Amino acid sequence: MRSYVPGYELQEPRNLAEALERMAREPGEWKPFAGGTDLMVLLEAGKLSHRKFLSIWKLPELRGITVTPAHVTLNALTTYSEIRRHELLAREFPLLCRAASETGGIATQNRGTLGGNIANASPAADSPPALLVYDAELELVSARGARWVPYHGFWKGYKQIAMRDDELIRAIRMPRNKSFSKQLYRKVGTRRAQAISKVCFAGAAQMDAGRIVDVRIALGSVAPTVLRAIETERMLRGEKPGLATLRAAEETLAREIAPIDDIRSTARYRLRVAQNLLAEFCESLAA
Amino acid sequence: MPEAARKIHVNCEINGQAMSLEAHPMARLLDVLREQAGLTGTKEGCGEGECGACSIEMDGALVNSCLIPALQAEGAKIRTIEGVAGAAELSAVQQAFLTHGGAQCGICTPGMILAAQNLLSHKSQPTQNEIREALAGNLCRCTGYTKIFESVLEACRVQRPRP
Repeated sequence: MRSYVPGYELQEPRNLAEALERMAREPGEWKPFAGGTDLMVLLEAGKLSHRKFLSIWKLPELRGITVTPAHVTLNALTTYSEIRRHELLAREFPLLCRAASETGGIATQNRGTLGGNIANASPAADSPPALLVYDAELELVSARGARWVPYHGFWKGYKQIAMRDDELIRAIRMPRNKSFSKQLYRKVGTRRAQAISKVCFAGAAQMDAGRIVDVRIALGSVAPTVLRAIETERMLRGEKPGLATLRAAEETLAREIAPIDDIRSTARYRLRVAQNLLAEFCESLAA
Repeated sequence: MPEAARKIHVNCEINGQAMSLEAHPMARLLDVLREQAGLTGTKEGCGEGECGACSIEMDGALVNSCLIPALQAEGAKIRTIEGVAGAAELSAVQQAFLTHGGAQCGICTPGMILAAQNLLSHKSQPTQNEIREALAGNLCRCTGYTKIFESVLEACRVQRPRP
């Protein structure tokens, strides 16, 4: 333990309203603390610079998954384990379930939350590529009220998100009206389990008479943020997934991502793997 | 650094016994269990949620106790390795680890056993893949994975009623 534990405050509000009120009264002073799978790691490493936290882990208002004809809404404290166990999610949003089952081991999946994964804003996070593919929206709540924002565009830069100091993420919802006949999620890490991604890929497409009529592609660990490959999607839309299309898509993707050398991998390897995963996805569309 | 947080009383149930422990709210449950409750069976490996040596059950769920702040253990039902054996006999998993050489240096063993117990409490006859997945968050630096895996397989075969 490299931190001085008594220097950290952690308090438990009785309900969501009390949590929001304290965050509004002292903006920036209190930050939410959910399952701790990111924050406790920083604490251990002596790198947790913020000192005062509100434990929101037990707030019932932030738990549960609800299904309506138009949306599936996951409240922010939904854990990876809960995502994995949910039958409708497995059927309609398989990429999110794959992401959840490839995030950490069972113990991490029991504590890690979807809201926490979004708020932590790591470019190597595993669930954001799936959420971007499914056009997820976030509900941000504060003492002043609530607002829905698209997840695409929520990221402002490395570990930076468009959220105010007094806001927290209450829910994540995904529209159910999209249908994608082809879906692929692939995470490439040092080992199969418990690894942080070198590259993470999520893709979904709707095919009609051999042509790509709609497509979504998102990648993790290849830029300062998880990103939607908008240009590559645009290039693929309307095309037949053959070799010429693939080559053009690989070139577009290379211009769109910005991988770097770091402790986990190299820019060159990440680019090659990202293109290979795109190729795997395109081949699955032709099948 | 100034002291920001006062110690709190954490009331919880550990291995069936009601306890009130005094700790700073952000103290790791791992340290509270070892130092306040004297339950040193739970081990520290990496201290960052990667190795599973500190695995315990909290309200029936497998968790890494190094990543749980003491405050969040309030009201929880906790089971550590000390609470796995019955009064007179070992659990099926513990017995299988003994007879199949599932323990080498022993540091990963409490976490491995808790992970296996937790799997078997949800699913008495898991598939081989389910066993591998359930143990994927627990690392063994002696690398005796095959014997650990065989121990859990054996425990499934002879599983006795849970103590």
